[in-house]
Amino acid sequence: MNKNAKWAAGPYLLWMVVFVIVPLILIGVFAFTTEAPFDLEGNRLTEEEAALLIEEQGEDAVENKTVFTLNHLFEVSEYLPVLLKSAWLALIATAICLIIGYPMAYFMSRFRREWQQVIQMLIMLPMWMNFLLRTYAWMTLLEKNGWINRFLGLFDIGPFNMINTQGAVVLGMIYNYLPFMILPLYSVMLKIENTTIEAAQDLGAGSVRVFTKVVIPLSMPGIASGITMVFVPAVSTFIISRMLGGGTNMLIGDLIDLQFLGNAYNPNLGAAISLVLMVFIILCMSITNQLDNGDEEMEGKML
Amino acid sequence: MSNSKNKIIELKNVSMTFRDSDTPVLNNISLDIHDNEFVTLLGPSGCGKTTTLRIIGGFATPDTGDLLFNGKRINDVPPYKRQVNTVFQKYALFPHLNVYDNVAFGLRISKVPEKEIKQRVMEMLEIVDLAGFEKRTIDQMSGGQQQRIAIARALVNNPKILLLDEPLGALDLKLRKEMQIELKKIQQRMSITFVYVTHDQEEALTMSDTVVVMNKGEIQQIGTPQDIYNEPVNAFVANFIGESNILPGIMHRDYLVEFAGNNFDCVDGGFEEMEPVDVVIRPEDITIVPASDEVLNGVVETVTFKGVHYEIVVNAYSDYWIVHSTKSANVGEVVGLSFTPEDIHIMKKSEMPKITRYTVGRSEEA
Repeated sequence: MNKNAKWAAGPYLLWMVVFVIVPLILIGVFAFTTEAPFDLEGNRLTEEEAALLIEEQGEDAVENKTVFTLNHLFEVSEYLPVLLKSAWLALIATAICLIIGYPMAYFMSRFRREWQQVIQMLIMLPMWMNFLLRTYAWMTLLEKNGWINRFLGLFDIGPFNMINTQGAVVLGMIYNYLPFMILPLYSVMLKIENTTIEAAQDLGAGSVRVFTKVVIPLSMPGIASGITMVFVPAVSTFIISRMLGGGTNMLIGDLIDLQFLGNAYNPNLGAAISLVLMVFIILCMSITNQLDNGDEEMEGKML
Repeated sequence: MSNSKNKIIELKNVSMTFRDSDTPVLNNISLDIHDNEFVTLLGPSGCGKTTTLRIIGGFATPDTGDLLFNGKRINDVPPYKRQVNTVFQKYALFPHLNVYDNVAFGLRISKVPEKEIKQRVMEMLEIVDLAGFEKRTIDQMSGGQQQRIAIARALVNNPKILLLDEPLGALDLKLRKEMQIELKKIQQRMSITFVYVTHDQEEALTMSDTVVVMNKGEIQQIGTPQDIYNEPVNAFVANFIGESNILPGIMHRDYLVEFAGNNFDCVDGGFEEMEPVDVVIRPEDITIVPASDEVLNGVVETVTFKGVHYEIVVNAYSDYWIVHSTKSANVGEVVGLSFTPEDIHIMKKSEMPKITRYTVGRSEEA
C-alpha cells in the first residue's frame, strides 16, 4: 500500500477524537465532579455555611469550584431498579426479536434470489420512515379509542388497556429494532452453503440435527451481532418508553434525559448514570460475545 | 468381472428436468452399479453426471423412473436414511468444527459410543495420512488435506457406496495424480462401491472398473476403460476419450471403407452398403513413413513437443490429421501416413454435430 494512503484515514480519526474520545472524557469528568462553594481563603464550605456567608457578606464572598466526588455514582445506585427494569424489558424484546427473526432470516436466505431482495426491501422499508412517526403510529393503534380496540369492538371484545403498559414498550422495541436482528442473521446465513447442509444430511442428520449441529453453530456470529444491535438501543431508549409507556414506565434512558433536558436538571448525575449504563452494556456485550466460543478466527471469517 | 457380482444400485429409465428449463437434464438413463465396483460417470459439464450422482445421494428426485438400492425402490428415501456417503465437489467441510469433529460428525449423529468414535476416526485419519492433525481447524488445512478430510468424513461411516463429485478438481496436477492412486487403493482395501464423477477422461481411464460416458443427459457408452478407449461406439465418445482423428467416410461393403479419397480395408462390418459413417483413427496408431504411393500423403503443418511424444499435425486430403510420434518431423515436409486395418474404427454417424476435429491437451484442463 502507498505509504501516504494511510492519511486517508485522517479525517475520520480526527472526527473520532473530537466527537467520540473528547465527549467520553467529558462525561467522565462530569460524572466524577460537582460544583462546591468555597470562601475566599480557599476553604470548602457546606451549603448552609455558604448560604450564611452570602447573607452576611454578599455574593462575592463565595465562589463555586469544581471538585472531585463519588457522590453521583452512589446516587446512581438509587436508580438501580430502573436500570434493571430497562435491562429486563430490553432482554424480553431482544429474545422475541431473535425468536421471530431467526427462522425468518433462515428461510429468507434459502429463497430464490429475487424473492430475497423483495423481502429484504420490505424489512428495510419501515426503517426509511421517521422513527418518531412510526412510534406515533403505534400510539394511535394502541390507544383506548385506537384502531385495534375499535376493530375488536366490532366483535364486542374489549376495549383493552394497551397503551402506557410495559407490554406496549416492549412491542415498540420489537417493532423498531427487529430489522437489526434479521439483517445480520440473514447475512451470516447467506454464507452457509447449501452443500454444507447437504453434507450434514448425507452424514445422517435429519432436519432437526442439521439445524442444531450446523445451522445454529454457523450462525452464532450473526446471533451475537443481532442481539447486540437490538439490545443496546433497546436498553437505552427513551422515546419508545415515553410515547408508549406513558409516565409510569420510566426507563434508564428517560432518567438520563430528565437530568439534561428535564426538570431535574443535573448534568453531573446524568453523566454518572450514562457512565454506569455504558459499563453495564459493555459487560452484557462481552457475555454475548462468548456465544462465539471465543473463536476469534471463525468470527473474523463469518463477519 | 464386476458383472458377476450383485447389483447394488439400479437406475431404471430415469428422467429429470430442472424446474426452470425445458431441456431434460437426464433423458431416460438406465444404469446398473455392482458391489465393489469403481464406476466413473464421465462427460462434459452439463451432461447430467452430477445430477445422476445427486439422485443416488438423495439430493435430487427424478421426475420419472426408479432408483433401486439392493433391489428396493428408494426414490423417496431422504438422504440421511441412505447407506450412501458423498464427497462433495468443494468438500463442504464444517467450518465450525476441527478436523477430528468433522470426521466424527456422522458417527456422533448415529450415536456411536465416544470411545469407538475415537478409535474409528483415528484409524481413518491414519488411512488418509492425516494423523496428528485432529485439533487443526479446517482453514488451517491445505486444499489437498481438506480433500482427504472430506474422504475420511465420508468413509468413516462405512457406507455401502461412496459418491465422489469431481473430488480432485481443485487440486494441482501432481497432487491429483497422487490422490488418484490413493483413492483407488482405498477403494480396493475397503471394498466399497465408488461412484465417481469427473470430466477428466484420463482420470476416468486410470481409476475405473467401469466408465459411463454421458452427453446431454444421455448415456453414450458403458464399458471398461479399454472398451471405451479402443472401441468407442460413436464419434462423441471417440472424441471425448483421448484425441482422435474423426473423418467422414462411406462404407462400401463389409470390411471396405472409403475416406480421404481412398478405399481402405478395415475389420468392421454390419453396415448397409454405401452408408455414411464416421471413421476414427487414434493419433498414436498412425505412423509417419516416407511419402509413397502406398500410403496417404500429406504436408506437415506443425510439430509440438509434448514430453513423451511429438504431436504432429499433417494436412492430408484437406483434413488435418493429428499424429503422435516419438520421432520428430520437419514442418513443410511431405510425409506418408501409415496405419493398419485394425487401427481403423468405423462408427455410425452420430447425430450430434462435431465439436472439434481434434482436441489438444484435454487432460491438462482444470
